Amino acid sequence: MTDTRRQSPSGLRAVTGRIGSIAGHHQSLTILVGLALVGALLPLISAVPPFSGFGTQKDWVGGFADAGVFVLLAVGLNVVVGFAGLLDLGYAAFFAIGAYTYAYGASTFTGLQTPFWIMLVAGAVVAAVFGITLGAPTLRLRGDYLAIVTLGFGEIVPVVALNADTYTRGTNGIVGLAQPNAYGLFGITSFPITNPWPWYITVLGIIAIAFMILYRLEDSRLGRAWVAIREDELAAASMGINTISTKLLAFAIGASTSGLGGVFYAAKLGVVDPTQFHFDVSFTVLAMVVLGGMGNIWGVAVGAFVIFEIQHQGLKQLGAFIQSLNVPVFQVPVLGSVDLGGINFLKFQFLLYGLALVAMMLLRPEGLFPSRQRRHELHEVAEESEEAAEDTSEAVKGA
Amino acid sequence: MSRPRPSLGRWRLPVGAVIALVVAFLIILFGTLIGPEGTIQMTLGRGVQLAETQYINALTVGALYALVALGYTMVYGIIELINFAHGDVWMVGSFASWWVITSLGVSGPITDPVWLVIVLILAFSISMVATGVLGVIIERFAYRPLRNAPRLAPLITAIGVSYILENLIENLISDSIVTIPRPIPNTELNLGLFSIGSVNLFVIIMAVALMAALHLFINRTRLGRAMRSTAADRDAAQLMGVNINQTIAVTFFIGSALAGAAGVVQGLYLGYSQFQIGFYGGLRAFTAAVLGGIGNTTGAAIGGFVIGFLEVTCNVFGYGKWSEAFVFATLVLVLVFRPTGILGQQQGDRA
Repeated sequence: MTDTRRQSPSGLRAVTGRIGSIAGHHQSLTILVGLALVGALLPLISAVPPFSGFGTQKDWVGGFADAGVFVLLAVGLNVVVGFAGLLDLGYAAFFAIGAYTYAYGASTFTGLQTPFWIMLVAGAVVAAVFGITLGAPTLRLRGDYLAIVTLGFGEIVPVVALNADTYTRGTNGIVGLAQPNAYGLFGITSFPITNPWPWYITVLGIIAIAFMILYRLEDSRLGRAWVAIREDELAAASMGINTISTKLLAFAIGASTSGLGGVFYAAKLGVVDPTQFHFDVSFTVLAMVVLGGMGNIWGVAVGAFVIFEIQHQGLKQLGAFIQSLNVPVFQVPVLGSVDLGGINFLKFQFLLYGLALVAMMLLRPEGLFPSRQRRHELHEVAEESEEAAEDTSEAVKGA
Repeated sequence: MSRPRPSLGRWRLPVGAVIALVVAFLIILFGTLIGPEGTIQMTLGRGVQLAETQYINALTVGALYALVALGYTMVYGIIELINFAHGDVWMVGSFASWWVITSLGVSGPITDPVWLVIVLILAFSISMVATGVLGVIIERFAYRPLRNAPRLAPLITAIGVSYILENLIENLISDSIVTIPRPIPNTELNLGLFSIGSVNLFVIIMAVALMAALHLFINRTRLGRAMRSTAADRDAAQLMGVNINQTIAVTFFIGSALAGAAGVVQGLYLGYSQFQIGFYGGLRAFTAAVLGGIGNTTGAAIGGFVIGFLEVTCNVFGYGKWSEAFVFATLVLVLVFRPTGILGQQQGDRA
């Protein structure tokens, strides 16, 4: 690719091309720079009207830190569903396992005070072990049989957490989880509850590390093996891929990312209880992956962020916005008077969320940012001719 | 992908079913004798009596799940979609029957047999037509546009539709439990060997009759043949002149109408409904469909009864809280040894 460097940059296209080529060569650096940019921009945007009117910057940053947890969950599930093509509907189980691991490692319940940073690794490892354990019985299953078994596991974990009172304190959940300690770095010792900034920066750091690892995995021998299994398991096996270890690694790595999210979430909230980890979490994360564009790590992260913000900010603000408009009361035949301003949108948030899911899928069935490969599969004819044209024009330039 | 009918021997299914029913009864009897109730001194006769009631309950709950499971399995069989909105269609059916029964002015058991029959016919027909139409509308707007999209896209719209239905019922009708008046007077009918509650008997007969009708419809009618051929190979069926859109719409109508019937049964038997029952109940029913072998209507019925028995067994042993985990654990065990369910055929490979 030395050709691109020799070309004289002319116009915007050449500049973006150059950035693209640098990005291609230094993936980890790109991730760091990209996340730093996003991480710096988000709080800035939230301080500008109209967003600043929806809440203080502190509220926004706290929300972004929570969104970060879902970004972690989504990129983890993306390994299982997007890369390896294994439909997992019980992903919240590993989230729960990560969270409970932290609750056992650092709370007044067990009396242990293991540092948060060690627990992050421990949570990831424990979740990975569970990923393998729960993945093992499903190896023979295909397609939707796998989906329902993972759904089952996803439900068994909260049921156990709910009913094994002696070990999990049942519905009350485990409280008094320790705050992470920054050991005086940036003048912080224990992460404060009132200040969301340390949490926000921590989750950005975790996401950066997860991104770097996952991008490298995607391009590795293992990543190619996942894609091979996704496309045709039998062919992959006959080409010498060990389908058992490849699938188990997908479960383990997907679960460990979720475990990281679980530990962080538990530490931030200070409480774990079984109701936090039901099906709706698994489904929401799956919706994030599909909406973002399966197989594309950045796309999935954006999908997670968008859905999280729709759920937690968008719908609330919509209600406030409509109320602020002072819509006159309509007189509609049959229905009588319709007062749009009087509708409590919070009550209808799941309706709007459902409508958003349906609408987004109908408009972009392949997701917002489909991975290159998937885009090819879907728009084979159109894009192939387009790219062929591009190739020839580049060839002409190069000559 | 071809889906051959299960080739069970002529007597294997009935004989197997009878053996399974007897074994199930013995397990429940064992449970009542050693379970929390049995720990007090209990005679064998009293134990048998209690076990009998539980056994009938298991059959009734099983019939309910089987009716819902049929809808899942039909839709899956024909377009390979896990229709997560189906459980909520069932919930809507129970609310429809609540609306019919209360607006007819029924508030309790009806003694006049003619009026009772009229109420039941109205409840069943209105609920079934309402949910059937609802199913067709859902298919038309949420699934049909995505028929050639990636496989997970309609799954997400199904989840979206499920949220929409739950929220509409929650906000427009009731956000708490509604009590559905039970029009059938509950009397114990003595049938010689054992006695059975009139409601239980009605529910079981109704479910079995609907299943038999479905079986005849699929195997004996022109539309049923169109459904089978569409399930086997959609493109080939289309080339042979089958109207695919119409066939899929009919499948959704029938599946959803069965869910509507299950909704009426929910009201008759349990006497309540709530906007959230669709999700968890639907999940049980879907588990039943998978347990029996998804895409197979006989399997769905068997799966429904198995789940009913598992739940009741958990209760008699005193582990009712764990029934959810127990049901799923059983599912995993069955699938480990039979990866395509009890009656499922080994499928060809598909990515």
